[in-house]
Amino acid sequence: MNPQEIHDNLKAKFGAAVSDAKLDAIQPWIGITPDGILEVCQFLHGEAGFEFDFLSCLSGVDYNDGKLGVVYHLFSMPQKHKIALKAICTKEKPHVQSVSQVWGTANWHEREAYDMFGIVFDGHPDLRRILCGDDYPGHPLRKDFKVPEFYNGMKVPY
Amino acid sequence: MGILNYKFEKSNIVIASLDGLLNWARLSSLYQMQFGLACCAIEMMAASASNFDIMRFGVIPRATPRQCDVMIVSGTVTLKMATRIKRLFDQMPEPRYVISMGSCSNCGGPYWEHGYHVLKGVDRVIPVDVYVPGCPPRPEALLEGLIKLQEKVRQESLAKKTI
Repeated sequence: MNPQEIHDNLKAKFGAAVSDAKLDAIQPWIGITPDGILEVCQFLHGEAGFEFDFLSCLSGVDYNDGKLGVVYHLFSMPQKHKIALKAICTKEKPHVQSVSQVWGTANWHEREAYDMFGIVFDGHPDLRRILCGDDYPGHPLRKDFKVPEFYNGMKVPY
Repeated sequence: MGILNYKFEKSNIVIASLDGLLNWARLSSLYQMQFGLACCAIEMMAASASNFDIMRFGVIPRATPRQCDVMIVSGTVTLKMATRIKRLFDQMPEPRYVISMGSCSNCGGPYWEHGYHVLKGVDRVIPVDVYVPGCPPRPEALLEGLIKLQEKVRQESLAKKTI
């Protein structure tokens, strides 16, 4: 199935959940609303003909215009096709549905995106920081992040 | 002159200064804390293996800080790890020594500017005796650092504490 067919199928089934798409890109992607991503992923994972059984990567992005995003790279072992999904949310309300019940891989990846970007994944079973310490101030990969002067009494800047 | 100033052949008596004897004992069996932090740890392991054989200097890895004399901080010290390093150092019995191995633990290394999570030098939390530069240092460099530390231990005195 090529990206255009995947997009048309999703558009027909979910309609409003599919926000935008760029299918002639090197990695074709389909934009999904943060509230619809779980439904779409469950469909892509389970439906015959799609069978996206492999979440290659889940990453967080700060677009530096007040928006945060989560990018899902999906691959299907049986069908040998792939697609990228993007869920864009705002910095004021950084909430995206968790897909960790669809792919176990997403569990730690979502924790990393939460740690680095402060994106809250609703429905995640164990949303804690995964890399930084629990008391680390802020989310370091956000573009407006400022390195703290001190952390637990230790000077941080060089 | 070695550590033995006088030796009486028939009566099995030797005379040495207490300083010299203690220092000799200490520097000849520097037990090392068995832990590694990053890629420098690979070089440290190579130094322990047969080609470089750090054990010929009396360095034996021990798995608990209570039995250690020297801590080789081999790699990037993250802020999260720094508190653990401090605790491990505090658990070591005196006299205790620290070798800072590699650019990361010397001064932050490649993370010096944008490393929001890296401590810029382990000497911000624990006192360091010998710095070994390199990224990562070759095992020979670590051995050189160890010999420098032995020289430092040799100069110690009970009357005048140096650390």
